[in-house]
Amino acid sequence: MRKTATAKWGMFNGLTRRSLLMGGVVLGGSALAGGRARAEAPPGAIEYDVQTDPTKEQGRLILDDGGYGSRSQFENEVRWRYPTASPDSSWSMTPLASGQGIMTPSGLHFERHHGGIPTIDPRTHELILHGMVNQPMRFTMDDLKRLPAVSKIHFIECSGNGLTEWAKPTLKTVQGTHGLTSTSEWTGVRLSTLLEMAGVQDTAAWILAEGADAAVMTRSVPIDKAMDDAIVAYAQNGEALRPEQGYPLRLLLPGYEGNTHIKWLRRLDVSDKPFMTREETSKYSDLMPDGTARQFTLEMDAKSVITFPSGAMKLPRAGFYEVTGIAWSGRGKIAKVDVSADGGATWHEAALDGPVLPKCHTRFRLPWTWTGEEAVLQSRTVDETGYVQPTLEQLIEVRGLKSVYHLNAIQSWHIAPDGEVTNVHA
Amino acid sequence: MFTHNLTIICVLGTLAGPALAQEGARTVAALPETLEETGERAPAEVPQSSAEEVGDIVPANTAYGVGQPASEDEIAAIDIDVMPDGRGLPEGSGTYAEGEKLYETICATCHGADMMGVSELGAPQLIGGRGTLASDQPVKTVESYWPYASTFFDYTHRAMPMTEAGSLSADEVYAISAYVLGKAGITGSEAATTLDAESMAKIVMPNADGFVADPRPDIGE
Ligand code: HEC
Repeated sequence: MRKTATAKWGMFNGLTRRSLLMGGVVLGGSALAGGRARAEAPPGAIEYDVQTDPTKEQGRLILDDGGYGSRSQFENEVRWRYPTASPDSSWSMTPLASGQGIMTPSGLHFERHHGGIPTIDPRTHELILHGMVNQPMRFTMDDLKRLPAVSKIHFIECSGNGLTEWAKPTLKTVQGTHGLTSTSEWTGVRLSTLLEMAGVQDTAAWILAEGADAAVMTRSVPIDKAMDDAIVAYAQNGEALRPEQGYPLRLLLPGYEGNTHIKWLRRLDVSDKPFMTREETSKYSDLMPDGTARQFTLEMDAKSVITFPSGAMKLPRAGFYEVTGIAWSGRGKIAKVDVSADGGATWHEAALDGPVLPKCHTRFRLPWTWTGEEAVLQSRTVDETGYVQPTLEQLIEVRGLKSVYHLNAIQSWHIAPDGEVTNVHA
Repeated sequence: MFTHNLTIICVLGTLAGPALAQEGARTVAALPETLEETGERAPAEVPQSSAEEVGDIVPANTAYGVGQPASEDEIAAIDIDVMPDGRGLPEGSGTYAEGEKLYETICATCHGADMMGVSELGAPQLIGGRGTLASDQPVKTVESYWPYASTFFDYTHRAMPMTEAGSLSADEVYAISAYVLGKAGITGSEAATTLDAESMAKIVMPNADGFVADPRPDIGE
């Protein structure tokens, strides 16, 4: 292998033919070992008999699954519930480590519920729009589906993403440290369309959005955001919303913290002032070292994370690996992602998979040859506003350790000589 | 044209709006109908507008012809939000003594008789913590952190008790507010201390000035 000045940390500068070949040999072996184990198929999969030679007998019949496909019985990614004390007010995290591209499968989109997941018949669900409007309106789901629609691909990130990671590395995997972000294509009516129908009065400045779950979740939304790119969404990734994502109707506020994207949306109350709900006072406010708290910290700052290799993985041997991950910003498009293998001493620009969309996960990739020596992998993104993703040190210097939300620091993965990947603060 | 049997959807077509609530009792959707001759699956029915005719649409200058005016009663039935200046507070009242009884029977199992919370249940501490916000161990409670009393009324009314959300009457929420805020030393703690819409809106919380606007981006240049 070619030695360079950065060899201790691995190389980004070109690939040798040999390192490419080495990467390919890793697979195989253990997967084939052992007898045929009978086990329940993973969630979302159906167990079928595994054929000895699928070229010698007919496969299973079409529509055997009832007409709505299922994933392979050999795929097992699942969301992971963070062990909150209350099972009703809890969250589950997306397995980013196995994610491909930028889209999150609907069944793996992270969840945050404060009162469980309601089961709502769309035929009886209605949205009431009232308050400082000329004509209060009531919409059925059918009404909403008759209106001009838009489809947009956006991430949603909970501002609590990473809250365990302020003081010390706590969770081991990228699912645990970063799994409260997911991307879907969302379809629905622009909120501005509904507001124009009702006629917003001049005094209007905020809108309360309210859900029909047991938390009757509420957040205040600035009217400018509502008129800009907010969507009242009924579809996700080409089909109706998943129940966990607010079926039959949710609010989508591109780039805003996840809690504001009210699910099971039933009511919009237009007012002149914010409502100061529990979720924008007691929670989702950021306590600073001087004892004051920042409120309405709505936009998600630019952030990136390497998803491969990432925590609790083990690199089987030195050689070629494609370092990959996702970057996103609540303020627009991702402009650039740099990757370091030496804990931030030197940086190398990663390739971005296009098209790069605003307020959306962006996939980055960089070929890397690991020499087998200790390394610390990091990614750092810059968004189109010029904002540079900070280090944890920089964040803590300004915000202290008690602000809970909006941790968007550079993530470090330590690679030990034996290939173990661990979550570290570096 | 197709002559498929779409009884349910036909019924829906004629009964718009609130009538659906009675009509719509079902637990699952039926599979799409099969079309005659070709055997294809029927597409979903074109969504119906709840507005009976285009002329019903208000304001008249919106061309879409969907949706209906929401009546005052329909709004009142779900308009439960309460604002810091007291807007939205319902009629009614309750005393500290009534609140104490209610708290002990309804809230104490989760939040503790002393209101210190029960961490195994995820039920937060409700009082105490004043003066800790700038320390290394800030204790954020209704008493120490919440900027407005209206939020306590609003949240308790809509979301508590966790196991029976939305079950409390306005009087009960006023009473529980009087008890919790009394215990917190924010309002009086005499048995007869009473809270209603007027007195509630006048409460000044200890941390009322503790919140600042979002200054971000604060770093990252
Ligand atoms: C079955 C358990 C349970 C009962 C009974 C219960 N609560 Fe709660 N309460 C919780 C949980 C759990 C939370 C946290 C919810 C969350 O974070 O989403 C909570 C949150 C709260 C909060 C918000 C605290 C904060 O700091 O944000 C208040 C206020 C509250 N409860 C008041 C009450 C009152 C008043 C009653 C009695 C009427 C009550 N609760 C009954 C479990 C309970």
